[in-house]
Amino acid sequence: MSRQSNRTTDSKKMNSELFTLTYGALVTQLCKDYENDEEVNKQLDKMGYNIGVRLIEDFLARSNIGRCQDFRETADVIAKVAFKMYLGITPSVTNWSPAGDEFSLILENNPLVDFVELPDNHSTLIYSNLLCGVLRGALEMVQMAVDVRFVQDTLRGDNVTEIRMKFIKRIEENLPAGDE
Amino acid sequence: MADEAPFQLLHYELLQYIYKAADGGDAEQGRNVTKLESMGFRVGQGLLERLTKDTARFKDELDVMKFICKDFWTCVFKKQIDNLRTNHQGIYVLQDNAFRLLAQLSAGKQYLELSPKYLAFTCGLVRGALCGLGVKSIVTAEVSVMPACKFQVMIQKM
Repeated sequence: MSRQSNRTTDSKKMNSELFTLTYGALVTQLCKDYENDEEVNKQLDKMGYNIGVRLIEDFLARSNIGRCQDFRETADVIAKVAFKMYLGITPSVTNWSPAGDEFSLILENNPLVDFVELPDNHSTLIYSNLLCGVLRGALEMVQMAVDVRFVQDTLRGDNVTEIRMKFIKRIEENLPAGDE
Repeated sequence: MADEAPFQLLHYELLQYIYKAADGGDAEQGRNVTKLESMGFRVGQGLLERLTKDTARFKDELDVMKFICKDFWTCVFKKQIDNLRTNHQGIYVLQDNAFRLLAQLSAGKQYLELSPKYLAFTCGLVRGALCGLGVKSIVTAEVSVMPACKFQVMIQKM
């Protein structure tokens, strides 16, 4: 019976490991299928986008969060609510541009790379590029066009993982003609 | 932490990716199922290693299967297997009455022929986990009415 008791506590962590491992299997498969890392990065971003446009619904339903007043608030919600909810981490929001339209998310530890080491021949692979796609896709669904990219990555020897997000524009909803 | 949605969506993207090129014939279908299954296998093996880190040794085969039905299933799908049956000769049938990865499809028989692609990864997962526990097996799945699903595990005697 001792087996039962000590497991329940970390079952949550285990489930995130399921995601991490599945993601690893996916990246491995992509690396097998595509010749160069650029293609893999692109594919990961695309898949992330598809996940993001669906995930936002789950997020809004679960978090009960309303409309954000400005981009700063959006940044906070992403870091403190969304990342916390889905990856169990809270990245810090820093390096705001003077115009307030660009910031960095600093991830101290990135659960996606828990069991990962990059082999030498994949130096340009952006392993966690899926995240960029997810953020882009999710924000697009709430009328925000953003540019998301990795600028630092612990996998490639940097001290932290840094995701840079830049606000591009508000997407106006185009109602079909004659529809009020 | 709500990590169920990300996994389900990732799994869905995985399927889309593996199947995107394939409007080909049955051979292509089979290859895709194999690909998904082998990815699941790897994940199952890795996951099991983490999951059994501090557990006691298993008594016998049935004990192993119970572990798969309870702990492993709960870890992956947030619920236990609803029914486990065996003929005591190396065949086990695991029934899940509301299989999570089929939950997004409309219930009933309409999309029955699509079910193999939604189950292949999980078959691999189970086979990988069993393999990590020293049990060699063949895992197949069948659906008669969604979202209920039966996994059949055939133990290969070594």
